[in-house]
Amino acid sequence: MAKYLLLKHYRGAPAAVNDVPMDQWTPEEISAHMQYMQDFAARLETTGEFVDGQALAPEGTFVRYDGEGRPPVTDGPFAETKDLIAGWMVIDVDSYERAVELAGELSAAPGAGGKPIHEWLELRPFYGVSPTITE
Amino acid sequence: MTTQVNEALLRRLTPSVLGILVRRGADFAAAEDAVQDALVEAVRVWPADPPRDAKGWLVTVAWRKFLDATRSDTARRRREESVDEEPAPGHAPAVDDTLQLYFLCAHPSLTPSSAVALTLRAVGGLTTRQIAQAYLVPEATMAQRISRAKRTVSGVRFDQPGDVATVLRVLYLVFNEGYSGDIDLAAEAIRLTRQLTAAIDHPEVAGLLALMLLHHARRAARTAPDGSLVPLAEQDRRRWDTVAIAEGVGILQAALARDRLGEFQAQAAIAALHADAPTAEETDWVQIVEWYDELTRLTDSPVVRLNRAVAVGEADGPRAGLAALAALDTSLPRHTAVAAYLHERDGDLTTAARLYAEAAQKAPNLAERGHLTRQAARLNSRRPD
Repeated sequence: MAKYLLLKHYRGAPAAVNDVPMDQWTPEEISAHMQYMQDFAARLETTGEFVDGQALAPEGTFVRYDGEGRPPVTDGPFAETKDLIAGWMVIDVDSYERAVELAGELSAAPGAGGKPIHEWLELRPFYGVSPTITE
Repeated sequence: MTTQVNEALLRRLTPSVLGILVRRGADFAAAEDAVQDALVEAVRVWPADPPRDAKGWLVTVAWRKFLDATRSDTARRRREESVDEEPAPGHAPAVDDTLQLYFLCAHPSLTPSSAVALTLRAVGGLTTRQIAQAYLVPEATMAQRISRAKRTVSGVRFDQPGDVATVLRVLYLVFNEGYSGDIDLAAEAIRLTRQLTAAIDHPEVAGLLALMLLHHARRAARTAPDGSLVPLAEQDRRRWDTVAIAEGVGILQAALARDRLGEFQAQAAIAALHADAPTAEETDWVQIVEWYDELTRLTDSPVVRLNRAVAVGEADGPRAGLAALAALDTSLPRHTAVAAYLHERDGDLTTAARLYAEAAQKAPNLAERGHLTRQAARLNSRRPD
């Protein structure tokens, strides 16, 4: 039982095999892609492995504290930021091998020409609980 | 007058009520749903109208729920056929029903997480929502995990004896890897293991119960008020629960006297030696190393060999510990943390600081990461001598 984050990047990940921008797909290909993602999440729910899935808008703002009594400073978006997260899925699985298997399936979502995108997903383990028995 | 529903009583009765339904011919999955429905009903009805015979009430209501569900279910025919295949009601039970439930819920065809979830619900009487909260997953996901687990074991015959070792692994997991939310999973694991000792006479079941009690006894001393880990050597031993320790030691001694050693008894023996030391300095490390040798013989686990290296470091000095460590695969979890500790004991503080920082990067949980980072910081911020 371990939780993993599957991170999907707008940019920052190595190039996908089927690397055609989404705005150059056909509408049907976009629908097929969305359907694949939904079906994937629904299937993980039936296997009891789904925790969460969210998509993020590409444009965000950087915010920081600016001292006592002052409003926070905002800046960005920065076009040069290397890493841009597009969304995530959180899974709860029995093993690392299972997490890799599922990430592989998600990466096979169809893109241009109805072919798998083969996009790179980042797989990050959550910190687990500290075990009671350590010695 | 309304009274609070005795939840502990409800949950204690859960497995035997479920066992009775299955004995009467209900298939396991439907019976389990019916018992859950009856528990919900009890929580609703009992405060105003407590029954004289709690178990009889639950059996009656659960059986009625089962019949209602069977009648209304579109798969009625399929269910009725499966009822026909079951042994006739009143068939003399060959093995205790509660024990059979433990076997079924820990069946080897289940994944560990499924076995844990099913055990907590069918044997422990927890609701799906409580189990979902305890493992930080959505309730819908946990509901699916449980119903899938029930489907997986649906073909397993209820009267076949199972393997107690698989049950013990599941209970160990519940004890060792639970979040501490509303449901205290460690306490629940102890309750379920204690209940198991009443259903089967087996020294390893006793060994696991002793192991849990001995570790649970240290719980209050294990974390500082800020939530950080307090290592065994630095724990305030006055805060250990001496009642739990005495019970654990007593159970362990009775189990060991039967001369059928297993890994849980050996682990409990190590915990008992720690519990027995008035101060960390007085720990009998020589005996602990001997128990690790037994454990290595029993399990041949690399994690045991790693813990043995720590014990050797205490018994025979850090150089001996480092020599024992050198024989082990460096990719083992916590290998770097052990190396850091042994180097510090050996006086090589620069290496130790570097290794603590490296170990923090690989820590499997936040509490350990915090602890290891603080160790590195402590050594890095020392005055140069």
